[in-house]
Amino acid sequence: MKILETFCATNLSVNRGDRLVFQGLGFELRGGEILKLVGPNGSGKSTLLKTLAGLIDATDGDILSDENSVLGDAEWAARNLCYLGHKNALKREFTVLENIEFWAGVWGNQDKITLSIEQMGIGYLADTPVRYLSSGQTRRTALARSLCHNAKIWLYDEPTVGLDDQGLGLLADAMKKHMASGGMIICATHVDLGLDKDTIKTLNLADFPASASALVDQW
Amino acid sequence: MNNLFWKITVRDIKLSWHGGSTSSMVVAFFIIVVSLFPLGIGPEQNMLARIAVGVIWVAALLACLLSLDRIFQADYEDGSLDQYALSPLPLELTVLAKALAHWVTTSVPLILITPLLGILMNMDDAAFMPLIYAMLAGTPALSLIGTIGASLTVSLRRGGVLLSLLILPLYVPVLIFGVMAVDAMVMKIGSNAPLLFLGAFTLFSLAITPWASAAAVRLALD
Repeated sequence: MKILETFCATNLSVNRGDRLVFQGLGFELRGGEILKLVGPNGSGKSTLLKTLAGLIDATDGDILSDENSVLGDAEWAARNLCYLGHKNALKREFTVLENIEFWAGVWGNQDKITLSIEQMGIGYLADTPVRYLSSGQTRRTALARSLCHNAKIWLYDEPTVGLDDQGLGLLADAMKKHMASGGMIICATHVDLGLDKDTIKTLNLADFPASASALVDQW
Repeated sequence: MNNLFWKITVRDIKLSWHGGSTSSMVVAFFIIVVSLFPLGIGPEQNMLARIAVGVIWVAALLACLLSLDRIFQADYEDGSLDQYALSPLPLELTVLAKALAHWVTTSVPLILITPLLGILMNMDDAAFMPLIYAMLAGTPALSLIGTIGASLTVSLRRGGVLLSLLILPLYVPVLIFGVMAVDAMVMKIGSNAPLLFLGAFTLFSLAITPWASAAAVRLALD
């Protein structure tokens, strides 16, 4: 597999409904780095992650991987992006293992299941149906599921919600391991994960507000 | 790719068996609706025999409609639909896999129970097999067209009624040709144009559903 060197966005603007969420947003990320998205509620952190994943269309701007535009390239996204949103995408009726097995099968990575369950410390829950789990355990299951993805770029939206201290530590370890192997992470969070300061870039969504003039231009 | 398609179908079929088994409820609804007619019309055997095929078809349409919202609703609410949109399988094939799962869990049980309801309605003996053939040809169209409707209303909180208004008019061709096909087979006219129309309608909906439904799902995820 080709190793990704850079992932960047230039002059990105996104509309939701009739409202411009942010405009002129840009960042550049290299292998082994994490981009921490911060900003007040409603500043567009989730919107940015969904746009990068291709779930929302950008109004303007471009997304580049190794200087090739990957905007709207679903095949590239399926191979290189792992998105984990607010919703856990787990079926309450199935057990933890069945849930993880299904998605690992979709991504063709069945061999990673055991390791990822261990990594998130939920081995003892493997045969428990998800409906009996606490919210923190459910979040760990969703994280273990996303660890089965081969993607170079992780898009995490508030991955720490519901996690206890031990869970935070396990998540930080998994992130460090991913970054050490040259992976990139874009993560919306307000929690300090204790990662190496040199590898953290911070993007404040409040720096790219939708100005009134831009809205007038739209019309 | 192919393998993924079956994985999604099997998962949806399994899900319908968990959590209260929607299949059995759809079948129960089907039986109750059909059995209301003898109660309402009275035990006049000739009358029942004459309307039997039409009543069974109408009840099948309604039973099918009842289960449409579960095609996408749960996946939309728990975020699985986001993951499907980002999975290696094109969304067009994903919705087709889900339509197939809907047909297996809804229409197949309906077809299996139909002979019993035929007896209840005093249906002509010669009409049993033709009705089953016509249902095999026509019910896939119900699931396919229904999938489009389900994907259009998935982001609405209470889309059930709107879904019925959208979809029932589109089911009319299936009803008309479904009943006519059975009549033609019973009368043994030779060529059976209504059955061919029914098959053509199923193929037509098979051709448009993947594109229409995938486009609607993408809009819903926006």
